[in-house]
Amino acid sequence: MLQVKSVVEKLQLEIIAGAGGLETEVNGMYIGDLLSWVMANIDKGNCWVTIQTHVNVIAVALLGEASCVIIPENAEIDENTIEKANAENIPLLRSSLSAYEIALMFSKLEGN
Amino acid sequence: MNIKLSYDIAKSDFSKAGEASSNIKKVLRQLGIPADIIKRIAVSTYEAEMNIVIHSDGGRIDLLVTPEKIQVKAVDKGPGIKDVELAMKEGFSTAPNEVREMGFGAGMGLPNMKRCADEFHISSSLGNPTEITIIVNI
Repeated sequence: MLQVKSVVEKLQLEIIAGAGGLETEVNGMYIGDLLSWVMANIDKGNCWVTIQTHVNVIAVALLGEASCVIIPENAEIDENTIEKANAENIPLLRSSLSAYEIALMFSKLEGN
Repeated sequence: MNIKLSYDIAKSDFSKAGEASSNIKKVLRQLGIPADIIKRIAVSTYEAEMNIVIHSDGGRIDLLVTPEKIQVKAVDKGPGIKDVELAMKEGFSTAPNEVREMGFGAGMGLPNMKRCADEFHISSSLGNPTEITIIVNI
């Protein structure tokens, strides 16, 4: 079973916060920025890729049981989001790649 | 045995928004409620909580768990909804632009709640509190 730490390693993600959750199991990926839509459709274990970086993202990740949150394109992340991710042990990760490129790499990783 | 819990929700407090829903989810998990039912309650409670934060003058969420059902009641202090039927339409929203930029205000909140619930009631009118009841059978 794939763990968040393998995704971090293979996709060369920057660990911003929530390192306590790196052994969480990963099951697929979800990309979306409309929080209600994400809440309704995300599946347990999904890596959630979103350009939203405010603190409520962590609440949605928790409730939606995302395995981690990946912020694409090196977007700046609010300080209270980082604090919340640490408090809840939700891995908050960042990449210089776009959501599309992240998904492509993830798809290869899942295929192996 | 019935379990009752109550959470105060502050107007415009985005830093705490979602905490009541997270707490309710933890409680339900401790009670051994099935995962699919917890998910439905979590989605609908989150939507109700965000609606209070974004649109109301503050309010409260009450949880009631009985052996047969889980009930979430969200009551705010107003200002009420002008046209409830319109508000129930997917995609309709009165959220201001700055809130939309945060990824809220998609007009999915009330329809999401209704979809997750076995029973859904809403009562509101302009100048009055909005009261929403969501029931999921166990």
